[in-house]
Amino acid sequence: MFEIIAFIIFSVLTISMFSITVLTNNALYALSSLAAGMIFISAFFFLLNADFLGAVQIVVYTGAVMALYAFGMMFFDSLSEVKEKIKNPRLVFLLSGIIALIVVIVLIAPVIGQNLESDYPIHPEYGNTADVGIILFTKYLVAFELAAIMLLVAMIGGIVLAGKKMNESYSEMKEEEIDEKIRLENASQKEIK
Amino acid sequence: MTLNAYLILSTILFCIGLIGVMRRKNVLMLFFSTEIMLNAVNVGFAAISKFHGDLTGQMFAFFIIAVAASEVAVGLGLLILWYKRTGSMNLDDIARMKG
Repeated sequence: MFEIIAFIIFSVLTISMFSITVLTNNALYALSSLAAGMIFISAFFFLLNADFLGAVQIVVYTGAVMALYAFGMMFFDSLSEVKEKIKNPRLVFLLSGIIALIVVIVLIAPVIGQNLESDYPIHPEYGNTADVGIILFTKYLVAFELAAIMLLVAMIGGIVLAGKKMNESYSEMKEEEIDEKIRLENASQKEIK
Repeated sequence: MTLNAYLILSTILFCIGLIGVMRRKNVLMLFFSTEIMLNAVNVGFAAISKFHGDLTGQMFAFFIIAVAASEVAVGLGLLILWYKRTGSMNLDDIARMKG
């Protein structure tokens, strides 16, 4: 009974939050409703006895990803309107629908064809976190280390891409130097365009 | 709750993300919609993991979260670079190789 009530409440909340994210024109509303939706999603993980996954969801998504977006948005003029014009919606919807259907059939066929047995069963007596740790550090150790390397590469890539020209600080320059720099930048931007 | 309820919820959330990816032309909104889709898939994986009695679904959800985090770091870096250069976040402006 409790599970059904919680499921209904959280599914309504999640769907409405994500709808706001998708449909709003204001980037700040979209960001905050996305963060709220991520928190509500973690409730489903707790309902499904995946406690560690729920904690990771809160820490990684609302702690790391949303903070990254919030800092990244300081670089953008986030309240500016972007002209959104879809040229040929029917073709896009049809093509993506057909591709999605094909992918689902391809992935579901072996599952239906042969009754899958569980390779790594859940042990309720260990508790979820210990259980996840045992599997993660034995069967999925290589994938885990590859994921660590991938995160390191992504971090270095993000710093290199976003951190260009960070060594110049406007607050340490004189007024004339800043004017000269802005003039040069405008000239070079016109050349690119 | 049955497995079907969770899978239906996962499908609805995935469709919301898909609508966002197809409708929006703001690249930042495109990233948000991608996050929604990844989360919808995570819910489905966790549900199957529980009702099937197998931990593999949760493992895949962990790796999906790792992939999502690195995607955000690189994608946001590229977007900041592009915005500094052109001052635009419209997806159509990036389509430069269109013949």
